[in-house]
Amino acid sequence: MAQNEVRVSGFGGQGVIMAASIIGKAASIFNNQFATMTQAFGPEARGSSCSAQVVISDDQILYPYVRNTDILVAMSQEAFDKFFPEMRENAVLLYESDLVKLCKLKPGQKSYGIPATRLAEEMGRSIVTNIIMVGFFAAAGGAIGYEAVRKAVEDSVPPGTEKLNLKAFQTGYEYGAKLLGKGGAA
Amino acid sequence: MPEKPRPCGEEHPRSKLLRMDRIPHIWCPTCGIGTVVNCFLEALLATPLNLKKTVIVSGIGCTGRVAGYVNLDSFHTTHGRAIPFATGLYLSNPDLNVVVFSGDGDLSAIGGNHFIHAARRNQNLKVICVNNFIYGMTGGQMAPTTPVGAKTSTTPFGCFEHPFNLPHLAASSGATYVARWTSLHLRRLKWTIQEALSRRGFAFIEVIAPCSTVYARRNKLGTGFDLMKFYKENSVIRHGADTKDVDISFQGKIIVGKFVDVQKPTFLDQLNEGYSKVFGDKYVPYGSEKWHKMKSEFQVSAAKA
Amino acid sequence: MKANPAGVLTGAHFFDGDYACAEGAIAAGCRFLAGYPITPSTEVAERITQRFPLVGGMFIQMEDEIASMAAVIGAAWGGLKSMTVTSGPGFSLMMENIGLAAMMEAPCVVVNVQRAGPSTGLPTMVGQADIMQARWGSHGDYAIIALAPNSPQEAFNHAITCFNLSEKYRVPVLFMMDEVIGHMTEKVVIPPADRIEVVPRTLTAKKPGQYRPYDAAGGWVPEMIQAGDGYNIHTTGLTHDERGYPQMTAECQEKLIKRLTGKIRENASDIIMVDESNLDKADVVLVSYGITSRVAQAAVQQARKEGLRIGQVRLITIWPFPEKKIAELAGKIKGFVVPEINAGQISYEVERCAAGKCLTRHVPAYGGAVHDPGVIYDAFKEVLHAGKTQTVR
Repeated sequence: MAQNEVRVSGFGGQGVIMAASIIGKAASIFNNQFATMTQAFGPEARGSSCSAQVVISDDQILYPYVRNTDILVAMSQEAFDKFFPEMRENAVLLYESDLVKLCKLKPGQKSYGIPATRLAEEMGRSIVTNIIMVGFFAAAGGAIGYEAVRKAVEDSVPPGTEKLNLKAFQTGYEYGAKLLGKGGAA
Repeated sequence: MPEKPRPCGEEHPRSKLLRMDRIPHIWCPTCGIGTVVNCFLEALLATPLNLKKTVIVSGIGCTGRVAGYVNLDSFHTTHGRAIPFATGLYLSNPDLNVVVFSGDGDLSAIGGNHFIHAARRNQNLKVICVNNFIYGMTGGQMAPTTPVGAKTSTTPFGCFEHPFNLPHLAASSGATYVARWTSLHLRRLKWTIQEALSRRGFAFIEVIAPCSTVYARRNKLGTGFDLMKFYKENSVIRHGADTKDVDISFQGKIIVGKFVDVQKPTFLDQLNEGYSKVFGDKYVPYGSEKWHKMKSEFQVSAAKA
Repeated sequence: MKANPAGVLTGAHFFDGDYACAEGAIAAGCRFLAGYPITPSTEVAERITQRFPLVGGMFIQMEDEIASMAAVIGAAWGGLKSMTVTSGPGFSLMMENIGLAAMMEAPCVVVNVQRAGPSTGLPTMVGQADIMQARWGSHGDYAIIALAPNSPQEAFNHAITCFNLSEKYRVPVLFMMDEVIGHMTEKVVIPPADRIEVVPRTLTAKKPGQYRPYDAAGGWVPEMIQAGDGYNIHTTGLTHDERGYPQMTAECQEKLIKRLTGKIRENASDIIMVDESNLDKADVVLVSYGITSRVAQAAVQQARKEGLRIGQVRLITIWPFPEKKIAELAGKIKGFVVPEINAGQISYEVERCAAGKCLTRHVPAYGGAVHDPGVIYDAFKEVLHAGKTQTVR
């Protein structure tokens, strides 16, 4: 049974939950898999640390939580510090390279950084940071392919913003593909 | 309704609108509630309203029992909750004329929050409050309307709390029709109820009524006749009075009349207007004929089920 | 009958339990929601506010949960399928009128997305401690039905079940979700309307004059009317006879209460849904519901890997409680393990039904978090190795 346990983390307002939701939707609606997303809620709406878990599996998911993270998406230092200890041996870390300073990871663990916030600002819309991260996830996470994630982005963003968000997705995807030496878009 | 045979062979003039199989009622001799009910029934008969679509909701207490005697669809709910129940009932079928009968304690103490919010929304309800300054059914305890100085079973040395001025509470909360009479003002009360029934919006009619068994007795105010005499001598008709000036002191003057009669969109008007603006033709106005058809699609008759 | 396609969002969605519940209610024909905002249930109402305007539904945000529940009963009598949604503190306020709904036999659904209590407790975090309140929270003798979904898909499916049962038995049905299920997002498949079975609001075929609102004609459930159809019915929270008229006598009370409780008890086999697995040859049976039934799977998997024979009874219906099933199993097994996010509620029911024939081991979690599967696993071992019939707490 192929199973990927994903944690998306950052601070409130970065679109962490939305990013996790797109990943879950990509797997369960557009990739014929099962996905369960859970999240921790706090009373604060903005600025506090925030994380969501997505378990992706080829089979029905009974236990709904992440036990050992296969893919950690860290969009803030606090999130990284909090969640990197639960990464499993061959886990992949995807991080916001302007916001997270890495400590030493275990051998076998891979890490890929992307300045998602800066790239979003260069697009003139810092609000799409999370979508850039989702694109990066599609390229470097190794859990779900380009097409399913792209469809999930298109299906999840507010009507009228599809073009902007797909561009952001593409930016993140290409950055990741280049980093991994995969070449351009699928 | 099956009727009990009347010894004298005569029919009660309101028997069509009363559940004669539940008469005699529980109210004490000289209680004002029966008088108010009679005025209400006369008003109903004088209006063009479809009585099939006219329903009555009440809470708990002496006045709460009104629902049990009126031969309409009638709902006797929990203490203080007549207004929110009536809100749900009305919104489930806006063709209904929904009348709430409530005592002062039921309406303004335990149900006070519901009262002000229904008035705020200008919910299309007609609220008749029989105010006898006391909790009658439970034996005469202080109510939010008990005047300072009045004796009740829980204020044996006289009430020291400031009472509510109910018309002012209703008006300042947003009621679009506010009036007050005493149970002596039979014709005026009937006309007022009749007029209120013709208005769309939240109407509030307060009726000052005697409770000779517990209120008058404890306060040595005499018999039912004495109380009527008191109303006659101390009621001051002042239509259009500013509701802030109509508070009632112990055995003081009672200002009566129609205080507020304005038009304002109801909750449903606002909702329909708002949604129509947003959704245009896609929106089926709530309560419209087409809406009723949509509603009936979720229902079947037991004969077919 | 089949669901009205007007409100059915056929297709695959990635919904949380709250949204799925809202969609289930709409598919079931619910067109009235009165509620008051409270975490973690508010998303149900928020979803409804987006969806109702175009399907002829009425949402009203009331001044409190007392008013919400009263309005829901009023709307039921006006002919709409009606519901409210809340969480612990609001559920407490609704108890008064849940009793009225039971007494007036007003079909309606109350969704409680449970958080940890008592009082304000942990507003954003999970609990399962309102289970006994669901059964006994209003004063006096009455019976209700309560269901607990364990996924967003079930939140959709069983929101419909709740409405169907409420119509069939004219009883408030309590949908006891929990915060995790409410906020957990998974694929929810909404079938085409013609594959969704709904129980319509069934109005009497009798004419005014022949109809008596609480005459069950020798059966359990009287026929319903709606206000404004000319029946001039009376209904009351007081003890009443078949006409709906108050009767202040012990005889009338006995007759009424026997019917109100009997209609649920005597139809328990029609109402109760449980998910059973591996009960043949089981030594230990896990009894669980809601999110806990899924968390416990990690413990079950581990135990089975080690050859332990763990059976499962997952409660979809919590009330009426599946007494017969538990009693029957009790004679065959070593014991029950009952994890719940509370300090002991359903475990008492299990223990009562086991009647000393086997062990009952409650595994508490006190709210705010789901169980560590390890403690459930330990409970399996403990029961297997326990000496004699006893309650382990």
